[in-house]
Formats: sequence, structure tokens, C-alpha cells
Amino acid sequence: MLDFDFLCGRKTPSVAVIVQPGAAGGFQKLFFGQEEIAIPMVGSIAEAAEAFPKADVLVNFSSYRSAFESSMEALRQATIRVVAIIAEGVPERDAKAMIAYARDNNKIIIGPATVGGVQAGAFKIGDAAGTLDNILACKLYRPGSVGFVSKSGGMSNEMYNVIARAADGVYEGIAIGGDAFPGSTLSDHCLRYQNIPQIKMIVVLGEIGGQDEYSLVEALKAGRITKPVVAWARQAAVVGTCAKLFKSEVQFGHAGAKSGGDEERASPAKNAALSAAGAIVPGSFEELEGTIRKVYLELREQGLIQPVAEVAPPTVPMDLSQAKKEGKVRAPTHIVSSICDDRGEEPTYAGVTMSELMEADANVGDAIGLLWFKRRLPRYATKFIEMCVVLCADHGPCVSGAHNTIVTARAGKDLISCLVSGLLTIGPRFGGAIDDAARYFKQACDQGQEADEFVEGMKRRGIRVPGIGHRIKSKDNRDKRVELLQRYARKHFPSTRYLDYAITVEEYTLQKAANLVLNVDGCIGALFLDLLNSVGMFSPAEVQEVVDIGYLNGLFVLARSIGFIGHALDQKRLQQPLFRYPWDEVLYTK
Amino acid sequence: MARKKIREYDSKRLLKAHIARLAGLQLPIAVAQVKEATNFAELVAANPWMNQTQLVVKPDCLFGKRGKHDLVGLKLDATGAQQFIQARMNKVVDMDGTVGRINTFIVEPFVAHAEEYYLCIQSGRLADTLSFSEFGGMEIEENWDKVRTVSIPTGAEPSSAPLAPLLSTLPLELRPTWRLSSRPRTRQAGGGGLRWAGEERCNSRLGTGFGCAVLVAVYLDLDFTLLEMNPFTLDQAGKPFPLDMRGELDDTAAFRSAKKWGDVEFPLPFGRTMTPQEARIHSLDEATGASLKLSILNPRGRIWTMVAGGGASVIYADTVADLGYAEELGNYAEYSGGPNTAETYQYARTLLDAATAYADGRGRALIVGGGIANFTDVAATFKGIIQAFREKQEAIKAARMKIFVRRGGPNYQAGLEMMRRLGDEIGVQIEVFGPEASMTGICQLAIDYVAQFDKNGR
Repeated sequence: MLDFDFLCGRKTPSVAVIVQPGAAGGFQKLFFGQEEIAIPMVGSIAEAAEAFPKADVLVNFSSYRSAFESSMEALRQATIRVVAIIAEGVPERDAKAMIAYARDNNKIIIGPATVGGVQAGAFKIGDAAGTLDNILACKLYRPGSVGFVSKSGGMSNEMYNVIARAADGVYEGIAIGGDAFPGSTLSDHCLRYQNIPQIKMIVVLGEIGGQDEYSLVEALKAGRITKPVVAWARQAAVVGTCAKLFKSEVQFGHAGAKSGGDEERASPAKNAALSAAGAIVPGSFEELEGTIRKVYLELREQGLIQPVAEVAPPTVPMDLSQAKKEGKVRAPTHIVSSICDDRGEEPTYAGVTMSELMEADANVGDAIGLLWFKRRLPRYATKFIEMCVVLCADHGPCVSGAHNTIVTARAGKDLISCLVSGLLTIGPRFGGAIDDAARYFKQACDQGQEADEFVEGMKRRGIRVPGIGHRIKSKDNRDKRVELLQRYARKHFPSTRYLDYAITVEEYTLQKAANLVLNVDGCIGALFLDLLNSVGMFSPAEVQEVVDIGYLNGLFVLARSIGFIGHALDQKRLQQPLFRYPWDEVLYTK
Repeated sequence: MARKKIREYDSKRLLKAHIARLAGLQLPIAVAQVKEATNFAELVAANPWMNQTQLVVKPDCLFGKRGKHDLVGLKLDATGAQQFIQARMNKVVDMDGTVGRINTFIVEPFVAHAEEYYLCIQSGRLADTLSFSEFGGMEIEENWDKVRTVSIPTGAEPSSAPLAPLLSTLPLELRPTWRLSSRPRTRQAGGGGLRWAGEERCNSRLGTGFGCAVLVAVYLDLDFTLLEMNPFTLDQAGKPFPLDMRGELDDTAAFRSAKKWGDVEFPLPFGRTMTPQEARIHSLDEATGASLKLSILNPRGRIWTMVAGGGASVIYADTVADLGYAEELGNYAEYSGGPNTAETYQYARTLLDAATAYADGRGRALIVGGGIANFTDVAATFKGIIQAFREKQEAIKAARMKIFVRRGGPNYQAGLEMMRRLGDEIGVQIEVFGPEASMTGICQLAIDYVAQFDKNGR
């Protein structure tokens, strides 16, 4: 509708406000020509009418279930004169109630079950008149001299083309809708056209079934319509000519078009009656265009129609999506993704479908393998990753991350805030050791450094060896987790070169202090290097990339999130109050 | 899709149930339905009155004049009724030229009667009309001049004044009761019409708890568009009893009235049996929000249509007929309301089955027509049709079918281009036109194509 407005050279859009039931205000951003504009939105028709008293047409796009109530609400607004109802399948009783109300209150209903209509150069309802190309072909951006009315929305579009070819185009075109009892009738609109001075001739496309065309006949006979009327009632000649074949009644496309009723059957009679009343009726639909042309040219000759000054409509910029579809523009993509695809029938992780994963009894390690490493890792490897996740999931409430999570939960924040406040503590001092351990072990081992050389070198640079040392565990009180991981790796991994190197480092550090054992971070870091190097799926450069980017910290973040969420839920379950340090637990100093 | 005829059984069942609900009136109606699969013994057990009274049995297949065709069994007992039905179930009858199979019967108590009244409520654009005659029954057509009709404007409250003309010629002892209560006992605004009920003073035979207003209330509340009793009479207690009844419901109201309707059936018109292809399209149509229609007119016809749009489809059929080829028109077909690709595929392949079934070497033409669409994506709908053409290409060639396409609307260039390419690809003749060509121009081309086989034999 806005594109049409722009094409017509309107300075302001025809749409004043959008009614979205339940909306609490706001705007909808839409194109008006090259620019975007904000059309206000309100929650009810009454609000819309109050805020925009000059808007006198409501185009009702609601479904057949609610079309009646919303249309009645619109009809009751003093400022709304016309309601167009698009929905198909509005019950007959409802349509009749609306018709009665509209009659009593001097309102106009277009529809139901219609595409609407168009006033050339001024206003268009919804999808009427089709695409922009078609609007241009039919010259609907400027008024012509023909008033057109039909039942069918599809045919009205066809006829706008015909009328633009055969005459100077439509001034106004209305599709009244295919229901048995349309809100306004063919003759209602013809009578209106009679009173619009710019309309010089009227074209009517009627239909088998219904009595509507006869009221047009009455209006013609009574001299209430004096402008030339070119009329064609689709007759479903199959009913007449092939009556033998239609032994029982047939429902044609429109609800209002039903053959079989006695007085409604004789549609050829309809054309005859129209003709007798003074309408110009062509011999067939195929001749309709010629007939319109003839009448138009006669009016031109009589000087009743002046040639329309042709105007060049502005070009409506094509929508990006449409232009792309037609191959007219290319636009760079905004992001690139190489790990998954959700566009197909089922999402895939690195090309593997969900159902394949489910059938293969995939675990968290498989998901990590596909989404982090883009590889379908062997079972022993995914199992190892899963073990790491399980082992790192939590380390008690006292560590900085869990503590933060608990404090946040007690401050009444939501789960995500609690989790994130915990995660934000992960870094060089807390939980970040796996990556560093892997990085330094790899460097030293690859360069062939002896353990003592490596440790002393680190010491000279003032760096503590990551992955070595534990607050409690010691030479004689080994970390059970480290033992279990080592046992698993030695059993399943083709090679444990980095682990072996880490143990030579541990042997050296243990000479310095009993608690300088290989801890779980160091063990995981070394074993991940072994895994990547021996699984036969990564080049040395790719392994280096894994270490450089810092995949392994991701493992800790993922695993520990499980614990943090547990702590947050736990605090909420226990309904712990806001946490505040007592003064005596803080050293106040200058 | 609006007005649908229902069986007499359903009309009576609904009237009885809802006149009780809306006005507290208990009508002496009792009905049972017998179909081929009905277990008669169980039916009698569920309806004890069938053993307690004499019965009337009639076919319930949406046609009238049953008495004139020896299809009404009177004063039967349950066994007699069963025998009567058995003798006639699945019988093919010719009702004034419409031939069909009887598959449903209605069973009711026999009510001896003298009076036969006529009463009909019908929906009109601005009013419902109520017609009444004291000369109802089989001869109603002959006595049409004695039928009196009043209009009840939409939304109007019932009052005795407008209905007075209906009753003016009634025997005096009946007359007062036909006055409508001007003080409705209950009145609710709802749905889109008024609902009212109540006839408080019932002081004579015909009016025993029965009034037009109540009937109108039921008619409105259930979204009837036609409710006719021809005739109805009074039972021995003076209660009205419809001897024959016709009803039509507005099926677009199903979303709010289906619960009240209960298990109502919308049978096909009598005599209208569906070919397998028609049945398939019918079920496809029921399952989608789009509209898909197919009626086979002449299975051996040589001009077939597959047209987009309710309006255009009729014009195409008209044009073929106008050009003198109505006899060769194979079908009436319409698809609209934006069917998706899968739906147009199913639709087209079904239609092709019918159109290519009787290949006789004399050529077939298929008109894939349509106007200029407002919002339907032409390429998307054509994609499904093309898929069907590709699948059925051997049948198309065997029938020597040539395809004529005309269409416009969103994305039509892409759709037409696909059609052109398809012709080359599968070796079928396809002529393609866009919105620049007249809509029905391809009808003449289709006729010329089939006509050349008559002239030249090829």
C-alpha cells in the first residue's frame, strides 16, 4: 500500500495507523519510497479512531474468526466510513448483521472475501492490483475515466490491464468479494460511480448465481445510472450448454456462484436482462476488451473524455530480497559460519545430522568434536572429553567463580546473571591453567627441552609452571582424578608423549617441594595434546592452532558452567538472603 | 464455503435438541438413521419408540417427492421397517433425471394427521423470510398462491405485527397462537444475530408451546440458511410435528457452531458421485486453506482446464462453450487462495490422470489458464504443476496432449520460463503466454489443436 502511495506521488502515506490487537503502542518501520518511516501502532480500533480522526477507512486483515467483531467495532466508530474485509469464510449471519448495521448508519463495507480495490493515483487496499510491475502496466498510478466493479478479486486485476489497454485506465476499481451476500453490491458501486464526475463509463463483471446483477438492471431501467455501462455476467455456460452433464448442482469457485438454484441458473438471462436495460453487453468475454475500447473511443469522439496527461511515475526502489532473488544485486554476507547449518530439513553439526547423532548414541564429546574441532572424533576421544567435562564441572563453593555465582544468586539476580558473574572470574588465575599448561608443555617438548631446563627457564622468566602444584595434594597423596585420567589415556591413546613429558617435569619439581605435583589442569592439558597428535585427524599446524586459540579453556568454561548453575539453583532453593561481609572480615586500612 | 444441505435426520435432530435448549420446548420428534452399516437391532435398542409405535421410513438423500416414487413406507413395525429398508438400500433410482443410489434412510413415528401446514425460513441479504401456508404438503407448488411470506429484517426483534398476514386466513381456533410473543422471555445478543425464545401464552391447538419466534431463534442460533417444514402437522396432543423437513447450514460458521451441530453430515448432492480423481481433489481441498476444485464433465472430453482463480475458471469454461466446444470440455477446475507447491503438484497430477485416461489418438488440449494474480506466487504454483507434468510425461504424450499456458502475477516471468524450458526438456508441446496476451485467447488455440485431428486425423 505504501509503495503504491509513493508511486502515485503521495507526499504522506495513506496508512495512518496499524491496529495490532494487544499492542501497547509503538511503531512499525516500513519503506516509503527510498526512505523508511515509522507508522504508529495501537492496540484497538477505538484507540486508532480517537488518535487519527481523519482516517476514515479501515482495512481489516483479521481472520474469519474475528473479522465480524473487529469490523463491527470499526463500523461503530463515528470517524470510520468504510470497512474493507479481506477474510474469506465469514459466516453469512455475521455478514448480514454487518450489512444491516452499515445500512442503518450510512457506512460502506467492501467484502468480505475480497482482495479489496484501488482508486487510481490515490489509494489501494492491501494486495489489490498485484505487483508494482502490474500497477505500472495498468497505469494505476494516475486516474483514468473508467469505474470498474466485479465480484472476483483475481479478475479485477485482469480487468485493470484490459481497461488500461482498451481505454485510459480505471478511475476506481472494486472487487466486492465472492460471498453470497457481499457488504456492498455491484449496483451500490455503480450508483456511486454515477455520482463521481471523473468517471465517464462503468465496466461491470458479474457472475453466475446471486441476484445482484438484477438490482443493477433495476437501477439502469429506473434511469438512476445514465453513464455507459459495459457489463458481462460470467454465465458458466457449462451450466446452460452442458446442462446434460451437470445433473446435480455444482459449486463454482466463489461461494456466491452456485448453479442449480432455479431462478439463479439462467445466467445467460442475466446478460440478456442487462442488455435489455441498456447496458452494453459483448457477445463473449473475449469480445469484452473490444467493446470497452469502442465505448471509450465514442466518448472520446464526443469530447466527453479528454486524453489523460501521462505522467512518469517515480521509480519505487526494489526490495533487496526481491532484487537478490532476481539476480539484480549482490550483497555481501554479514557473518560466515563453518560449523553448522540449520537451513535444511534438520540441523547439522559439521555436516552430521541430528538423527545421525541420536542413532549413534552421541555424547557431549561428539558435540564438542563437531562444533569445536569440526571432526567426528573416535569414541575413545569423545569419551575422554566427556570425562574432562565431568571432572571439571565443579570444585566446591569456595573457588572464586562459585563464590561469585553464590553472591549474585543471593542478590536476587536471575540464573543467567549468576552464571555469567561466575564465568567472568575464569582467567589467568582461576581455571585458565589447562590452556597454558598445554601451551608450555607443547613448546618445551617440541623443542626437546629437558625437564630441568624447562622448569629453570620458566623460573628465570618469573613464570610459575602451569599445571604443576596443588594446595593439598602431594607426592604421597596423589590426586585421584589425575590417576584416573592417566590410566584411561594409557589404555586408549595411541601415544602419551606429552603426558610422559609432563611427568618428567613433575619428577623434577617434586624434588623442590612435595606439593609440586602434576595437577588436573596440567594432566588434561598434556593429554589433550596427546589426543590431538595421535588421533590422526589433525596436522601439526592444526594442533598448534588449537593451543593458540585457546580451545581448552573452553572446556573448563563449559564444564564449570554446570557447577555454577548448580550453585545458583542451590542458593535460590535455599532462599538465601543478600550476602554482605561483616565489617570484622574486612581489613580497613589507609 | 457457505450453504450446505443437511439430511432430514440432522435437521430434525437439531430442531428437537435446540428448541429444547433455547425455549424449553419438548417437541414430539423422534428420529433414527439407517445406513448400510447400521446394526438394526442395536438401533432399535437405542430407540425404544421404534417398537412402541407405527413407523414411517423414507430415503434421506437430499431429494424430495419420495411418496410419488414408492419410496415411503407407512405404518410399519420395526421388522417391517427393516424389510422396507433392506429392499431399497443401494437401489439406483431416477428422480426426474437425476440418477443416484439410495444409501441413507430416516425412520420416524407415524403420526396420523389431517392438517398439513407449510413453513419455511430462508436467508436473504437484508432479511430472513418466513413463509407459511395452511395448504402444505406434496401439492404446495400447485397452491403457491396461498403461501404468505413476511420479512424479518436482520437484527429485528420478532413481533406479532409483521407476522399477522401469515395467520389471517387460519381457522379462528388456531389463529391467536401464531402471534409472536412481543415480550421475549430470554434474549441475548450473540454471534451476529439476535437470539430469542419464548411463547408464554399458548392457548390453542397449534400454539402448544410452539411459535415462529422460537423457530427463528433456533434457525439463527444454529446458523441455518434454510429451514423448511413441508408439511408439518399437529400430533394428538396438539404439538407440532414436522412430517418432512429440509435444512441448510452455513458451514463457514463451523468454527463457532460445530459443537452445537454435533455429528452433522454434509452429503454430496443426490446423484453426485465422485470419480476417484474428484474424490482425491475433494479431500485435498478439505485439508488446505487454499481452494482446489475439480468436476469431471465429460471423461472422454478433449479439452481440459486447470485454471487459477474462482472468477477466471468460470470464464474459461464459458469461453470454450461460447466457441462451440462445450461437449468436448472434460472438466471444470479451479485452484486459488495461494496453494503451495506440494498442493499444486498433487492437484495437477490428479487432474492429468483424468485428462489422459481415455487417449484415443485424437489429441487432447490442456488449458493451464489464469488471470493476473494479486498475490499468488506464480512460479511457486507452477513448480508443482511442472513436477506433475514431468512425472506424467508418458501419459501426456500417449494422449497427444498439447498444453496451453497463460498467466500473470507475482514472479510470473520465472514461472512462464520454467514452463517453456519444460516443453523442450520432456518433448511435450507447451505454448506459453503472459499478461500481454488476452486471458482467454488460448481457448481458441486449444480448440484449433483438437479440431485439426477431426479434419486431418492428426
